[in-house]
Amino acid sequence: MKASTAVVDAGPPRRRTRRLTFDKASFMLVFLGLPLAIYTMLVVSPFIQAIYYSMTSWNGFNKNMAFVGIRNYKKLFANETFMKAMGNNIELVVILPLVTIILALVLASLVTVAGASHGQTRGIGGAGFYRVVSFFPYTIPAIVIGIMWQQIFDPSNGLVNGVLTALGLDRFDSFAWLGNEVTAMPVSIFVIMWGFVGFYMVLFVAAIKGIPAEIYEAARIDGAGRFRTAVSITIPLIRDNVQTAYIYMGILALDAFVYMQAMNPGGGPANSTLTMSQYLYTTAFSKGQFGLACAMGVVLGALTMIFSGIVFMVNRLTGGRDEVTMA
Amino acid sequence: MNNAEHSSRPTRSTTGDTSFAVVSHALLALWAFLVIAPMLWTLLTSFKTTSEIFASPFKLPANFNFANYASAWQTAHIGTYFQNSVIVVFSALFFVMLLGAMCAYVLARFEFRGNRIIYYAMLAGLTFPIFLAIVPLFFVLKQINLLNTLPGLILTYVAFALPFTVFFLYSFFRTLPYEISEAAAIDGAGEWRTFFSIMLPMARPGLASVAIFNFLGLWNQYLIPVALNTKEPNYVLSQGLARFASQAGYAVDFGALFAAVVITVAPVLVVYVIFQRQLQGSVSQGTMK
Repeated sequence: MKASTAVVDAGPPRRRTRRLTFDKASFMLVFLGLPLAIYTMLVVSPFIQAIYYSMTSWNGFNKNMAFVGIRNYKKLFANETFMKAMGNNIELVVILPLVTIILALVLASLVTVAGASHGQTRGIGGAGFYRVVSFFPYTIPAIVIGIMWQQIFDPSNGLVNGVLTALGLDRFDSFAWLGNEVTAMPVSIFVIMWGFVGFYMVLFVAAIKGIPAEIYEAARIDGAGRFRTAVSITIPLIRDNVQTAYIYMGILALDAFVYMQAMNPGGGPANSTLTMSQYLYTTAFSKGQFGLACAMGVVLGALTMIFSGIVFMVNRLTGGRDEVTMA
Repeated sequence: MNNAEHSSRPTRSTTGDTSFAVVSHALLALWAFLVIAPMLWTLLTSFKTTSEIFASPFKLPANFNFANYASAWQTAHIGTYFQNSVIVVFSALFFVMLLGAMCAYVLARFEFRGNRIIYYAMLAGLTFPIFLAIVPLFFVLKQINLLNTLPGLILTYVAFALPFTVFFLYSFFRTLPYEISEAAAIDGAGEWRTFFSIMLPMARPGLASVAIFNFLGLWNQYLIPVALNTKEPNYVLSQGLARFASQAGYAVDFGALFAAVVITVAPVLVVYVIFQRQLQGSVSQGTMK
């Protein structure tokens, strides 16, 4: 506090007048009340209602909403299709964040610190170009990414089979990538990954740029190679960003609705790409079994929480807190 | 490799460096190709006639005419969907930025009972999947007669974009200096005046970043419109495209489908390329929580 303001500044700093003036009352009411009213009505209350509905046999249109306890959940866990969908989501959540983040980290390291091993620490030439291009997919709506790649993997007119047959691989002449039980899931994972690698790369680039160059120089003087630098310096110092990315990608993998709906609306061959979200959607909006659909929503929500919990715990257990921090 | 790195301060690139540079350039170039090729192919295909599309995936279109674009815009109603999308996304963006900034400001700079609870309730909304809420949401909107209407869609967009907006702007408002708002109070500005004339303009960089991400998120939104906005004339682009794509299997106007994809992607992509510097800056701000 400067002495010159001391005359007016009698009370402790940062305290406003306690009297509730009209100005302040109307201010709080509008500023807090309005957003909260919308949020409560359209976000909080539906979440809570969903938990209640999940324990009813509600089908939406008749008034009788019998309370059935956990019967819906029992039904779900005995339902082969739902369990298959859950398995697919678990497969997605295990693979998708891992490959996306590894690839994003590799690309981010290349454009930031993998340049010449002498002189100043820098990325390789043309880094700006690669960064701009990598971000392109993030500006494309998910549904469009799905549709685009569905066409690219089209058995007869698609780009992929065109390239492969041009290379002389005739057995791909009309190979249905998305219609084959073995390839449908890997192809779908690739497409989702295509949409996100660039975004996380840009995110990691920003984080890596926040690391002081001295640390890299010290590591280099100590004789650390590029790989060693990436594993022992870069990743530990940006691990919070990696954790955030991991959680976001995981939440996305547990949803994956838009992509799957675009590429294989029916759940794919033998339900090999069916996700819980797709099954929930049909159960609710085509079959009208709202109670059951809400139970699926609760399972999905619970899995999301469990996943985030695991990521936090792994980060903690592997020393997330006692690492070097840059204060 | 190791030898090269131990040699003292070479003025030109070492062989290790050169080979590494070649490998990493190859890797990055491959990635850039993987990103650009599908987009370029989509652009080229959008100019082809249906028979050209069936003939070969590589051949360039015989002539670049915009027939596919015209039929996508008119016959497939992409024009209407585009208009709806613009109305919904920009209205929602305006309201969520205003309400989000107001809410974040109060939470960040005023102490009152329940402050933390509200903050954590917002945070929870960020993690729970929309799918959990979608069924009850359908009936909430039905009850207030906003189901299948654009205002209903706007309101829902605002509600679901609110947690992210508040969460991000909260940390931003915390960093703004207190002295200035105190000075304003001393000069006789009320709470309203302080917010709109002083704090909001000061928060402009933060607002810009959040607005960009909200725009991309809302433009991208698919589940909410598909579940809550099922009347065809009210469709937004994402759901209109999905419908068109699933129909194209029968009507086989693939050229128009590709044109529709380009119409959806091009405006955002062009804006990104123009403003990419600012946008990359926004991403880096996003990482500094």
